[in-house]
Amino acid sequence: MEELFRGIWVIAYRELLRFIQERSRMISSFAMPLLFLIVFGAGFNRVIGNLTPGVDFIKFIYPGIIAMTVLMSSVFSGLSVVWDREFGFLKEVLVAPLSRSGIVLGKAIGSAVISLGQGFVMLALAPILGVTLSLILVVELIPLLIVLSLSLSGLGILVASRMRSQQGFQVVVQLIIFPLIFLSGVFFPVNNVPTWLEVVSKINPLTYGVDAIRQLFLGGDLAATSAATGNGSYLVGVTVFGHTMSILEDVIVVAVLGAVLMLAAVWSFYRQE
Amino acid sequence: MNMIEVDDLLRKFGQITAVDHISFNVNKGEIFGFLGPNGAGKTTTINILCTLLLPTSGRASVKGYDVLKQRSQVRRSIGLVFQDPTLDDYLTAEQNLHFHAYAYGVPQNVREKRIGELLGLVELWDRRKNKVRAYSGGMKRRLELARGLLHHPQVLFLDEPTLGLDPQSRRHIWDYILTLREQEELTIFMTTHYMDEAENCNRIAIIDNGQIVALDTPDKLKDSLGGDVVTLKAEDSQAAALELKERYDLSSEIQNGMVTFSVPNGGTFLPDFMRGFHSRLLSVEVRRPTLDDVFLKLTGHAIRDQEVDSREQMRRMRRWRR
Repeated sequence: MEELFRGIWVIAYRELLRFIQERSRMISSFAMPLLFLIVFGAGFNRVIGNLTPGVDFIKFIYPGIIAMTVLMSSVFSGLSVVWDREFGFLKEVLVAPLSRSGIVLGKAIGSAVISLGQGFVMLALAPILGVTLSLILVVELIPLLIVLSLSLSGLGILVASRMRSQQGFQVVVQLIIFPLIFLSGVFFPVNNVPTWLEVVSKINPLTYGVDAIRQLFLGGDLAATSAATGNGSYLVGVTVFGHTMSILEDVIVVAVLGAVLMLAAVWSFYRQE
Repeated sequence: MNMIEVDDLLRKFGQITAVDHISFNVNKGEIFGFLGPNGAGKTTTINILCTLLLPTSGRASVKGYDVLKQRSQVRRSIGLVFQDPTLDDYLTAEQNLHFHAYAYGVPQNVREKRIGELLGLVELWDRRKNKVRAYSGGMKRRLELARGLLHHPQVLFLDEPTLGLDPQSRRHIWDYILTLREQEELTIFMTTHYMDEAENCNRIAIIDNGQIVALDTPDKLKDSLGGDVVTLKAEDSQAAALELKERYDLSSEIQNGMVTFSVPNGGTFLPDFMRGFHSRLLSVEVRRPTLDDVFLKLTGHAIRDQEVDSREQMRRMRRWRR
C-alpha cells in the first residue's frame, strides 16, 4: 500500500516538475483548440447565426473547446512515458520500489492537474466571447474536467506503454484522437444530425464528456428558452434510447471509460515485466 | 553470507538463449565481475537480478530475497548504474537525486546530508544546480553512481560502468567505486568487457554465449595458464640456465642471449633466485599473462570483435553526449 501511494505522489510530482521545465508543451496543447475556436467560431458564426435565441455558434462550441483542450493535454501526457523510455529514465522508475499501479495513477493525476490548469486558462477567453462565468459554474467544472482528464490520460498511457518512439506515439494518438474529437459533438449538436452520424457520435464516449461540460455552461439558459419557445433543448443532453442524459449520467459514462482504460494501462505496464 | 545467489538460471528470447543455465554466488563485500563480449548475456543477468526481467527458469536471490517473489525487498537492497544513461536530462543534478530519494522513501532527516555527501564525493557539488543535459558523459556517469548509492543499498550493480568514457574519466570512476566500497561496505556486481577493469574484481566469471566458462580470482585465472613469463639477461646466460635447472628444476630457453622460462609466481620467485645467483644479472622482465590470454584460451576467440565493438561504442558515446 505504501508503495502505491509513494508511487502516485512521486510520479505526479515529477510530471508537474517536468511540465514547468518544458514550456513548449504548455503552448502546444492550447494551439489546436484555440485554432478551432478561431476558425470555426469566427469563421462560421455569422453564417450560422443563433442556434437558439441567446446561443450563437461560438457560445455553443466554446464548452466543447474547453473539453477538447483538456482531452488533448491529457492524451498527450502519455508522450512523457515514451520520452522516458527513449531516454532511459523509465528504467530508473521501474526499478524503484514503487507499485506499477501507483506509477500509472501518478502519471494520470499529474496530467490531470496540468490539464485542469490548461482548461482554466481557456476560461480566460469567456469575457471576450460574451460568455458569463459564475463562481458556482467554475467550481462545478473542476470535478468534470478532472474525471475527463483522468480517463483520457488512461488512454494516453495505454498507448504509450506499447510505443517505443515519440513519433510512433504521436501518429497513433492523432489517428485515435481526431476522429474521437470530431465525432464527439464539439462542433455540432449530436441530437440533430443524420442518423448514421448520430449513432456514431453516441457510441463515442467523449460525446458524454463534452455534453456534461456543455450542459454546465448552457443548461440553465436553454431550459429557460425551451420552456418559453419550445425549441433549443436538443442542443444539450444526449438522448439515448429516448432518455436524455443528465450531467451526472454523462460523468458516469466517462468515469467507466476511464476506469477501463486505466486498468488496461496498468495491465499493459505489468506485462512488460 | 552470500549476497547474490544464482542457481541454474535460464533466460530465452524466442529461439535465442541469452543466459544458459548459469549458477554462481557472490560473497558479502566482494567485487564480482562478469567478463565477456557484447551479447554474452551479462546485461540479461543483471536485468534478472534487479527484477526488470523474468527468468525463463531457475532461481536467483539478492541479499536472501527472491527476485521473483520479493521484488520490492530486492529493489530496496540494490543500487544500479546501467550502461545506458537513465537520468532526466531536463532536471538538475539535485532534482534527479531528490526524485530518487523520494522514490526510495529516504527519510527526510538523512536526505539532504546524504545528497551533499555523495555530490561531494563524485565532485559534482558545484554543478548541482546545472541541468544534466549540460553534463559531459563522465559527469553523468558519476551522477548516476551517486544516485545509485543514495538509498544506502547493500549491493551495487554496475553494468559496463565506464563504457564510452575517456581513459581519464574511467580512472576517476574507478577511484570512486573503490573508495565507496570501503566506506559503504558494499558488495559490487559488475559487468565489463575491458580486461584492465576486470583486474579490479576480487573474482571474475568469464561468460561466453550465455555460459560461465571459468570463475576464479583474476590471479588464479591467469595462473591457470602456467604462471608468469620471466625473461632475464645475465653476463653468463648458460650459467643462469644451468642454475635454474639445478636449483628449481625449471627448464628454460636461451634465445639471443636471453633466458626465458615460465614460473607459477614470478614476483616471489625472482628475489629468491637473485639472492642465490652467483653471476651478474643485466636485466629482468616478468610478464603476467593477461585476462585476454585466459579468455582466448578458454573460448578459442578473442573477447571483442573489434569492428562491431567500435560501432557499438560510437552509439553509446552519442547517447551519453546527448
